[in-house]
Amino acid sequence: MYDFDFERPATLADAVAALKDEGATALAGGQTLIPTLKQRLAMPERLVSLAALDELKGLSASGGVLTVGAATTHAQVAGQTDYPALAALAAGIGDPHVRNRGTIGGSLANNDPSACYPAAALGSGATIVTNAREIPADEFFSGLFETALEDDEIITAVRFPIPDAAAYVKFEQPASRFALVGVFVSKGSGGVRVAVTGASEEGVFRWADGEAALSADFSPEALDGLSVSTGDLIGDVHGGPDYRAHLIGVLAKRAVMAAG
Amino acid sequence: MTKVSMTVNGQPVSGEVEGRTLLSTFLRDTLGLTGTHVGCDTGQCGACTIHVDGASVKSCNMLALEAEGAQVATIEGMSNADGSLGRIQQAFQDHHGLQCGFCTPGMVMAAAALLAEIPKPSEAEIRRYLSGNLCRCTGYHNIVKAILAASGQDVGAEYAA
Ligand SMILES: Cc1cc2nc3c(=O)[nH]c(=O)nc-3n(C[C@H](O)[C@H](O)[C@H](O)COP(=O)(O)OP(=O)(O)OC[C@H]3O[C@@H](n4cnc5c(N)ncnc54)[C@H](O)[C@@H]3O)c2cc1C
Ligand code: FES
Ligand code: FES
Repeated sequence: MYDFDFERPATLADAVAALKDEGATALAGGQTLIPTLKQRLAMPERLVSLAALDELKGLSASGGVLTVGAATTHAQVAGQTDYPALAALAAGIGDPHVRNRGTIGGSLANNDPSACYPAAALGSGATIVTNAREIPADEFFSGLFETALEDDEIITAVRFPIPDAAAYVKFEQPASRFALVGVFVSKGSGGVRVAVTGASEEGVFRWADGEAALSADFSPEALDGLSVSTGDLIGDVHGGPDYRAHLIGVLAKRAVMAAG
Repeated sequence: MTKVSMTVNGQPVSGEVEGRTLLSTFLRDTLGLTGTHVGCDTGQCGACTIHVDGASVKSCNMLALEAEGAQVATIEGMSNADGSLGRIQQAFQDHHGLQCGFCTPGMVMAAAALLAEIPKPSEAEIRRYLSGNLCRCTGYHNIVKAILAASGQDVGAEYAA
């Protein structure tokens, strides 16, 4: 790891100001950033820890919306009961030690193509709230490790409309436990959403054909005979595009079944 | 260099560190607490598992400066006051829960975190909880047995070594 300065600002305004410096990078749980720095894939001059910002922490539910502070850990999200499908997703990330440090804001900002939270945000129609604006999930994820965030923009919270039914099913890549493919399905006032992670070179995406079929009939059988185009799908040592396309169909059915 | 202070196994400690100094490095190299092992240094194996403010974490995936002011517990704090093995450690010895012992500090710290959360875990809960702690030697069976025993549960005949 290259060396860097470390600071832990006490207020959001100070953190945003610190990130104006071009060499500065935000640090949340460090469960992605620290391994990245060890591999010398990034070379920030300064890390700005978000750990002291109380306004980024905690959960609250009201009016059918669950608001999760950006610095809330996976373990804390796993422990809430207002949105069970989201709790189950968080409880399946990595392992207990990773879940005690890793945060929802870090996961969304990172937008790893195999990460779990992007599927929950897109599959729930969540809103990503930053220090500057509110970004609908449909406009947030813009490609492999790319988001709509500006360099000095900090996610402060994520607002999830709580659906009537939802579930996330992931097929674990057995060594890393990231999603080889993961499918998040929800049905609520905003309609049916099907978000797929782990499968596309472009990162998380909505499966439009699956959504159309499930909107007409929210049952696993509704997905019979549908296929996913292998065009943008990832092919790697763990599985080819055809295998991932197949998994999307299977996992979407399982998610619908689990959502009930 | 920046000064960092924290409490480790009940003792106030401090030292000078760089921004990039890992908590595992601070514990091992600055404090000489080499019971915390570094296996992979990439956040995968769990050998470096410790507790920070009561929560289990991988100390190779945390900066020393992030632990400023924190309560840290390491394997050195797991023995009894008279230096004899603590309850979980003793169960690992009794049930042959280790061979080379490299993963053991992390396994014991993970087990302690599990038992704090779930005092009487099932076998399945134990196995799931250890998903971030890798062991190259034991095949996990005796580790699971040791944790069952440490939780005061019967280690049934099906677990006989
Ligand atoms: C062994 C292991 C297994 C894992 N398994 C899984 C898994 O199964 N599924 C999964 O989804 N993930 C998995 N992860 C990744 C984990 O979920 C990370 O916690 C997460 O990806 C990043 O969150 P963090 O808080 O640790 O962010 P950090 O590592 O601190 O930061 C990541 C990036 O986000 C930026 N950032 C952080 N917070 C904010 C914010 N509030 N606003 C703007 N930018 C911000 C940082 O600048 C950095 O670029 C695993 C990690 C490990 C080490
Ligand atoms: S040494 Fe920290 S997880 Fe392997
Ligand atoms: S006892 Fe050797 S790695 Fe676990």
